[in-house]
Amino acid sequence: MKALSKGIIITLLASVVTWTMASDDVEAILQNSFVAKNQATMDRLERDAVQAACSAPRGMPLNNDMLTTLRQERLKAVVLPANSQYLGDWQRGSDVAGNGRGLQSSDDPSKPNGGNCYACHKLAPDEVAYGTLGPSLTGYGARGQSEAMLKYTWTKLWDTHVYNLCSHMPRFGAQGILTEQQLKDVMAYLLDPASPVNKAVE
Amino acid sequence: MKRHHLCVAQFAVWLCSAQLVADEGVFDQYRDLMGDENPAVFIVDEGEELWFMPGGPESTTLEACDLGLGPGITAGAYVRFPRYFADTDAVMDLESRLVYCMTTIQGRDLKTLTAKPYSQRGDFGTEIEALVTWLAAESEGATIAPEQTHAAERAMFNLGEEIFFYRAGPHDFSCATCHEQSGMRIRLQALPDLTSQSGASEAWGSWPAYRISQGLVRTMGWRLRDCFRQQRWPELQMGSEVSVALQTYMAVNAAGGTMAAPGLKR
Ligand code: HEC
Ligand code: HEC
Repeated sequence: MKALSKGIIITLLASVVTWTMASDDVEAILQNSFVAKNQATMDRLERDAVQAACSAPRGMPLNNDMLTTLRQERLKAVVLPANSQYLGDWQRGSDVAGNGRGLQSSDDPSKPNGGNCYACHKLAPDEVAYGTLGPSLTGYGARGQSEAMLKYTWTKLWDTHVYNLCSHMPRFGAQGILTEQQLKDVMAYLLDPASPVNKAVE
Repeated sequence: MKRHHLCVAQFAVWLCSAQLVADEGVFDQYRDLMGDENPAVFIVDEGEELWFMPGGPESTTLEACDLGLGPGITAGAYVRFPRYFADTDAVMDLESRLVYCMTTIQGRDLKTLTAKPYSQRGDFGTEIEALVTWLAAESEGATIAPEQTHAAERAMFNLGEEIFFYRAGPHDFSCATCHEQSGMRIRLQALPDLTSQSGASEAWGSWPAYRISQGLVRTMGWRLRDCFRQQRWPELQMGSEVSVALQTYMAVNAAGGTMAAPGLKR
């Protein structure tokens, strides 16, 4: 215990000077501080380019050229559904939006992942248990179903960073959180005029 | 005092047996009935007993344990944590300091002690949980003032800040995703802004806490482990650098606030 702590402190003293410089050592510290549990494996601690770019503590200057390049790369990687079939079944989409499980060490990996949209968004006006980290999406369907609108919404769900690098919203398609069918169902939940999201409460 | 405790015990038993626990309404009902009474008072008593009870192969009490203010000094010790200890040459949180004392003073086995540091639902609390609760209560009302004089303590703060904003995992979450804005919530659960003095001191100052929904006292180490679970990361280890660093980050942000632990949570 003693030897271990000593090693870490020395590493720390030598390295935590600026945000970017410290990162190499932080990776080793993370590896020593966690153990894999069920589906939550250790490789989850490794960051991709977007995660690394979006990890700057508040107030740290960001490299704007790098961010623009990253956004363009993200846009190229978006997979649109075949034949412009964007919309699935809003009723199934409602389950996806309400389900907060999936990919936690405590979740059953044989069950489908949820989108947990309600954790951050208000959607159907009669659901009171909604979070506020994201904007309200109540009435989202009023924006219509033009090709541009469908493509925008799909892309937002597939990889939110295309439009807003370092958005707090998860990349549901790009990170494999939701399947293509689940994305279509959530799309319908947002855009179908019959969906509760687009119905006023009496 | 004694009669008061009995009443709390009866209420706690009713609450658990009724299994109404996750319901917010019950929390309000509980507050109405109990006022400021917190079932953690029992755990506080238990922790105090454990401190003065000879234990381990050495059959010694923990009174020789130095929590930073000198051996055996417990009053006001917790608000100075996490802090640097010369004997281990490391910045430690209260949980890992206790483990250190239990192994070095009482001669207890490190592996056994740390195998299951936090109890599961339905368990009785662990020794560490009880001791941490008592020691936090020994600082109740004191001003949060973590040590930041040693270079290692300041480095720990910087590391904590870096990890607070470190995005990783399938959902790209960091602590900041949920805790860098004020007045936000997930579903109906309010999220403290841990980057602000007021948010950090309310949060840091109210843990360890009795969780009504679980019928257990929970430590800050457990709280972090559970947030990392929601973050979709692997499991945080008690006393690890990441745990100590995040606690340092929160405690320093909370400096000047008042320690009000043990808290009472949903
Ligand atoms: C952890 C938080 C979080 C989760 C979970 C989340 N979002 Fe978001 N979402 C946000 C934030 C924050 C924004 C606003 C910033 C931005 O656009 O990136 C946003 C923006 C959006 C927008 C764009 C709104 C507009 O006016 O154009 C849509 C559409 C959306 N979210 C849909 C969803 C759906 C559907 C789900 C679930 C499958 C979901 N979100 C889950 C945080 C979240
Ligand atoms: C996905 C969302 C999410 C992430 C990521 C997250 N938390 Fe939390 N955190 C919560 C929720 C929700 C609560 C409230 C839980 C409750 O009331 O039961 C909470 C509560 C807390 C509390 C207790 C606050 C109080 O006053 O009782 C602390 C401290 C905390 N989180 C720290 C952290 C830290 C540090 C991290 C990063 C390691 C983190 N959280 C990551 C959602 C999150």
